[in-house]
This record gives sequence, C-alpha cells and structure tokens, in this order.
Amino acid sequence: MLRFVVRRLLQLGPILLGLSLLLFVWLRALPGGPAAALLGERATPEAVARIEELYGLDQPWYVQYWKFLVNAVRLDFGNSSKTNRPVVEEMLRTFPATIELGTAALIFAIGIGVPLGYFAARRYGRWLDNLSVSGSLLGVAVPVFFLAYILKYVFAVRLGWLPTGGRQDPRMDAEHPTGFYVLDGIVTANPAASLDAIVHLILPAIALGAIPLAIIVRITRASVLDVVHEDYVRTAEAKGLYERTITRRHVLRNALLPVVTVIGLTAGLLFSGAILTETVFAWDGVGRFVYEAIGNRDYAVLQGFILMIAILYVLVNLAVDVSYGLIDPRVRVQ
Amino acid sequence: MRTTSSSRRFAVISSAVVASLVLAACGGDDDGDDDGDGAEGTAGGSLVFGASADPIILDGALFSDGESARPTYQIFEGLVGTEEGGTEIVPVLAESWEPSEDGLEWTFNLRQGVTFHDGTDFNAEAVCFNFERWYNFEGVMQSPAVTYYWNTVMGGFSDGAIPSLYAGCEATDESTAVISLTRPSSAFISALQMPSFRIASPTALEEGNADAVGGTEESPAFEGTFGYENPAGTGPFRFESWERGSNLTLVRYEDYWGEPAQLDEIIFTVIPDGPARRQALEAGDIDGYDLVDPADAEALEGAGFQIMLRPAFNVGYVGFQQNDPPFENINIRKAIAHAINKENLIQTNYPEGTEIATQFMPPELFGWADDVTVYDYDPEEAQRLIAESGVTDLTLEFWYPTDVSRPYMPNPQANWELITADLEAVGFTVTPMTAPWNPDYLDAQSTGGTPMFLLGWTGDFGDPDNFIGTFFQTVNPQFGNFENPEIFAKLDEAEAETDPDRRTELYQEANRLIADFVPGVPYVHNQPAVAFAEGISGYVPGPLNNESFAAVTVE
Repeated sequence: MLRFVVRRLLQLGPILLGLSLLLFVWLRALPGGPAAALLGERATPEAVARIEELYGLDQPWYVQYWKFLVNAVRLDFGNSSKTNRPVVEEMLRTFPATIELGTAALIFAIGIGVPLGYFAARRYGRWLDNLSVSGSLLGVAVPVFFLAYILKYVFAVRLGWLPTGGRQDPRMDAEHPTGFYVLDGIVTANPAASLDAIVHLILPAIALGAIPLAIIVRITRASVLDVVHEDYVRTAEAKGLYERTITRRHVLRNALLPVVTVIGLTAGLLFSGAILTETVFAWDGVGRFVYEAIGNRDYAVLQGFILMIAILYVLVNLAVDVSYGLIDPRVRVQ
Repeated sequence: MRTTSSSRRFAVISSAVVASLVLAACGGDDDGDDDGDGAEGTAGGSLVFGASADPIILDGALFSDGESARPTYQIFEGLVGTEEGGTEIVPVLAESWEPSEDGLEWTFNLRQGVTFHDGTDFNAEAVCFNFERWYNFEGVMQSPAVTYYWNTVMGGFSDGAIPSLYAGCEATDESTAVISLTRPSSAFISALQMPSFRIASPTALEEGNADAVGGTEESPAFEGTFGYENPAGTGPFRFESWERGSNLTLVRYEDYWGEPAQLDEIIFTVIPDGPARRQALEAGDIDGYDLVDPADAEALEGAGFQIMLRPAFNVGYVGFQQNDPPFENINIRKAIAHAINKENLIQTNYPEGTEIATQFMPPELFGWADDVTVYDYDPEEAQRLIAESGVTDLTLEFWYPTDVSRPYMPNPQANWELITADLEAVGFTVTPMTAPWNPDYLDAQSTGGTPMFLLGWTGDFGDPDNFIGTFFQTVNPQFGNFENPEIFAKLDEAEAETDPDRRTELYQEANRLIADFVPGVPYVHNQPAVAFAEGISGYVPGPLNNESFAAVTVE
C-alpha cells in the first residue's frame, strides 16, 4: 500500500509540470492583460505599457515561465496583481472557506444520498424509489445558480429563516485562528460563533451538494440493486442472519465501492460548483476569488490557485483509492 | 430589522440543534443586540453596508477603486473636502488656503488641535511628510495601477523620469504648509479631496512600514502593515478590524475634532453579486448598499426601502475616430448628433431623474455652459447635413461592449439598438461590432480600433479638468488623434488659471468650442442609486461618492 501511495505521489510531479506549462501558455494567450483589466476606461496605451514594463510582462513568456517555476518550487506563487498580496496568503484565506463549504456539501450529499439510495433499492418500484429516482433526476438537471437563488429567495428573503450570504453574521464577535469558522468557534470556546457559522453553511451546502446528492442516490441505488441479487446475500438470508447484519456486512460493504469512486470524483467537481455557489452566497472562498481573478487577468493567482486545486484533486482521489482497501480487502491483496 | 431576522433564524434552528448550543447561541445574539442598540435610536448603533468588493488596501495613496475609497473617506481627511452632496471645495484640515500670484505656491493655514487616531498631532510637518512620501515613491509604487491618481494629477515622481506638477512642501510654522508646483494648476486644489491626497499619521506610516514592497520586480507585494492593520487618519471613524474578503469594521473616533460620528460602528461586508446585495437588504442582513441596479430601484422603493439618487457625475457618449471616413467630415458628425433621439433613449433605458447631456461634463460642475450648440433630435436636419456632406458611403462600424454595466450605460446593447435604429432611419447603414468589455473592448477603443463606439466616464474629482481636460486637452487616440489647437490651448489656459471666475469662463468657452467641433455625441448623465433600510437617516449621497457616514443614524 505504501509503495502504491508513493508511486501515485511521484506521478503528481509530471502532472503538475504539464499543467503549469499549459496554464502559463493559455493565460497569456487570453486577449488583454492585467494592466487593461486594472485600469478599465482609464487604460491609456502609455499606462498599460508602463505597468507591463514594471511587472515584467513585456518579457518573453519562456523567461517568465522559468522564473515562475523556480519560485513555485519554493512554494512562492508570486503576488496578486490586483491586491498586491502574496498568492499563498490569499490561499490560506480562501481555501479553508471552500473546504469547509465543500465538506458540508459532501456531508449533506452522503448523509442523505447513501441511505436514500439504499432504501430506494430495497423498496424497488415503490413510491420511495420512484420519488428518489425522479428527485435525483431533478437534482442533476437544475443548474446550481438557479437552485441557489431559489433556496435563498424562499428561506432567506421570504421566510427569513436563514441568512442570505456570508460565512458569519458581520456583527458576531468571533476569532478565526484556523479559517474554518465552525472549528474556530469550538477552538475559541465560542459555541454561538460555531452555531452561527453552521447556520450560514446550510443554504450554500444544500445548493452545492444537490448535484453530488443526486449522483450518489442513483449510484447507491443501482449498486445496491446489483448486490442484493448476489448469491452471497441470498445465502446469508437463507442462513437466517439478521437483516441489519446482512445490510452492514454484505450489502453496503460491497455496494459502496462504486459510490466511493463517485464521491472522489464529485469532491473535485465541488470546486467548479463553488464558483457559482460562492458568488450567489457571498462566500469568500476559492471559487469566487478565482472567478474574479479571471476578470482581472491576475496571472499569479490563477496559476497558483489552479495548481493547488489540481493537487487537492489528485490527493482526494488518492485518498479514495486508499479507502478501497479499507472497504474491500480484495483490493489490498491485488 | 436585523434583530428580528436573527431571532427568527435562531428560532428555526433551535428545533434542530442540541439545547445547550441553542442556549449559548441565544446568549451570543443578546450580546450582539447590546452592541447594536445604543442610545434610543439616534446616537449609537451599528450599520452594516454591503460593498461590491473588498478594499484593496486602506492607504489612500495606493488604490484607485471605489470600494477602497468608501472606508478610506471615513478614516482619513484631506486638507480640503467637498460640500455635502456637491462638488464645491470646502475647508477640512486646512481652514483656508491661498495661491500665490503666479499660481506656483499654495499656502494652507491648518486647523489646530487635531490629532490622528494613534494620538500623533496633526500639523504642517505631517502634511509635508505625506506629500514628500508620495513624491518619493519608487519602482512599482510609481505604477499607474498602484498610484493612479498621483500619476494623473501630479504626473511624475522625484526621480524626474516624468515631469511632476509637485515641486515641494515646506512647513513654515506649526500650522502653515506651503506646497509648491512646477506650473500653475487649479485642478490641483479640487484633486486634494480625493483619498490619494488625504493625510495619514506619519508615526503610523513609519511604524507600519507603509512603503515596504517585497516580492520580485515582476510580482511585487505590499509588505507594510499600515494599510491593513493600522491605518490612522483624523476622520470621524477609526479602524477596528478587517477580516479580509468578508468584513471591515470601523468605530467612532471619540477625540474627533469636529462633530463626533453618531454611529458606534460601521461594518462594510463584501457581497460582489448585485442581486445578492439586494436580497441581503430585503432580508435585513445589511442596512444599505450602493450601485443599485436601476431595474431594482423601483421594486425596492415599492417595498418600503429608501432609494437615494446620487447627483449625476458621469457622462455617456458616442465617440468617433476622426481619422477614418466618414467621421472626418463634420457634417456627418453633426448629422449623427441630430439623428439620435436622446429623450427617447433616456426614457426607455434609464431610470427616472436621468438627464440629457449636451456637454462632456455634468451640469453640477462649474464651467458647464448653458449656451453651447445643442443638437436636438431632428431627422430632417440630419438628412440635409448628410446630403450637404457629399459623403456617399454611409456605412458606420458602430461598437458596443458586452459583459458590462456602467453607471452611464446600465445596458450598452439596449442603447446601441435604439441609436442604431435612429441612424438607419436617416440613411446610415450600421455594421454591428461588439467585444467583451474587459479587456478587448477597452483595448480596441483606447488604441483607436473602434471607428464609432459607446463609452463614458465617471468623474474622480470636482473639476472640469477631470472631464473635458481628460478627453480633449491633448491628442487622444480614443477620439482619432484629432488636433484642434484652439480647444487644446483653451483647456491649457483654463487649467493654469487661478482666478475661479475666470476659470469658469474659460471652461465655458472650451465647452462651446467642443460642442461646435462635435468630437463625439454626449447623450446622458445618469444618477446612480443608493438603497437603505427604513430607519436609516443622515446619509447624503454626493456626486463624487465621497460621503461621510458621520451623520448617519439608525433607529
């Protein structure tokens, strides 16, 4: 297992090198540059030329790329041309926000999706099954931003049950040592701050988790339907084992393998979904920051953030591969 | 409003969480209310204002965007300011000022008994410290992306690479500062109200290492803490905390030299999405926001929210490349001006209160002339002028930007469609051209790649130099590099004139010359809206977006 993990981690090097080169060329192929983006109507040709000279943007791309690589090895991704702050500092600020939101969305999707998929399969063809199938179809079909607006309009604007956006009530007296607001409330012994952060998480987590939820319901249902007709389940039933034992030991354990794969893939997709969700819910996370950086042609931010997202994506999928071994001993043997 | 909303929220959540957490949360909520209510709905309380972006930095010299300016206006003050809701220059940290006869020296008599938020005394030394700091910026600090307004108003820096308007500052005594210029400029005094020229505590600047720049030449980074953790000015509010990307909190400065602020605190909370800001106001999560979408203003007003119109300080215009046919022919330019039905355009595409423009600067500003040549909607006159021009190829390549909404053109395509219909009605053939605003459209128009185009301008400071001086004082690629020595000379003379009455006359004359020359067709001065919840009072929107929150109260 250890050799497997090391091999996968070593593969990360060439992947990141290739990705960084592609990114670098692609970003510079975009029309315009940070100078015009920063100055808007005030971007005279002289001002643009002066900014490009000061930032070294007038040098050949391969010279710029080499400098970028040398610095990136030292974990220095440069500085944002918009905020003039180190990209690493912006990462430390925004990644916890998105990881917190993504985790909440996954908890929502898995917590509801797996049981719902399981019970739909066990009640195949009955009302719960039909409801979950059509509901999950709707979940996949409804665009994230539309769902986000609807949720916000109903539960925040009309009913006033939940906040319209942000990570915490601006008037809340809270400290944030880790950047994970729910955790911060616990660490600083401020349960009101934790609860407020949870309240702020509910709507964006539902909006972001809706598509993963729908996918997980469908995959779980299909997988459980496959497994329940296997000989070993019938044998277990014939042996007179309790249903609970059959479910836990024989059905779920085998049915969850494809579900875990999907969860791994979905975790990566959460970053793209976060762009829309974070914009609608004024969530100061990676998605919103990258979206704004594209408009600002903020090369350093885009390079650094997209590479970091790629690293996280690879690591999450590695974790999924490792978890196969825990769920299915046959994988360990192979 | 806020408390009600919070209470409902906690009531709902309470059924879903363990009892202990709920009890603790209710305790927290109570604490928040204690902070917020203050004394009987007039003085005290806190206000949450929805900002469209996080400030870049709270150091007026180092940004040029509106969301950095808004809190900076509360923390810092300039030698001069503007009258409430207007553009006229009034004393603030300087009680009076006077230019020398040649217009090269400006003597400022400073207010006494003023202290910065860090306890440092405000005096002439502090004024000169700030001016000398800006003048001696080096490297990337000279970039127009960082110090845009110093570049715009003063030109160059102490290294002399580009000539500077600023020559020096002398503290002749504790309360007298003399600022010298290299050439006469009266726009200088109007510019001093901008955040870029507001006076910061020299002690805080030094302690916060305000000018430290790290990183590499290609990728510089501000390293000082002044603009992030300890921005100390003399304003009615002082910095309290900044959760970057989320909330910025300012609190009342108790030792303020003037009338103290009414609010205990202002919190600027970042909500970049326009519809999200509106919903946050409707839900009671914020108390007010700026840049209200014109389409939302009426609905919000109908729902009981306050909509305040900001006096127009912008101009929307149709520009021409005068090097290209057919725009080199003045009769064609006049024909286009007569062909556009501005009244219909404004009634159809703009909110109530929008004004028709006749000049490239708003009527609120001195120098606006009420007797310029006006090109009323007159299709027959347009056709006559086309015939008189002798131009046979009446094809116009007319550009509009996508993915953008500006105060002077909330919906560029809608403007383009109406103008195009008007032009085709008098015999022009319009070729539609479009590009995303940022950066393709801006690149194209600034380098002369758009023969006919929609654009506009929002003023930065209350001086005609910032409008017609920016457009027409020299050769400008945006308008086809036309050379009109008469207009250029008139604007040079107006900028240098120190007598206010004579300056007004000179700018009026310049506006007449510009209107006769038709370098473009100004058509609109829009009034952006600000929205507030019921019970908020004392906010007076100004044309320059530089209003103070000091007089604002919450019920």
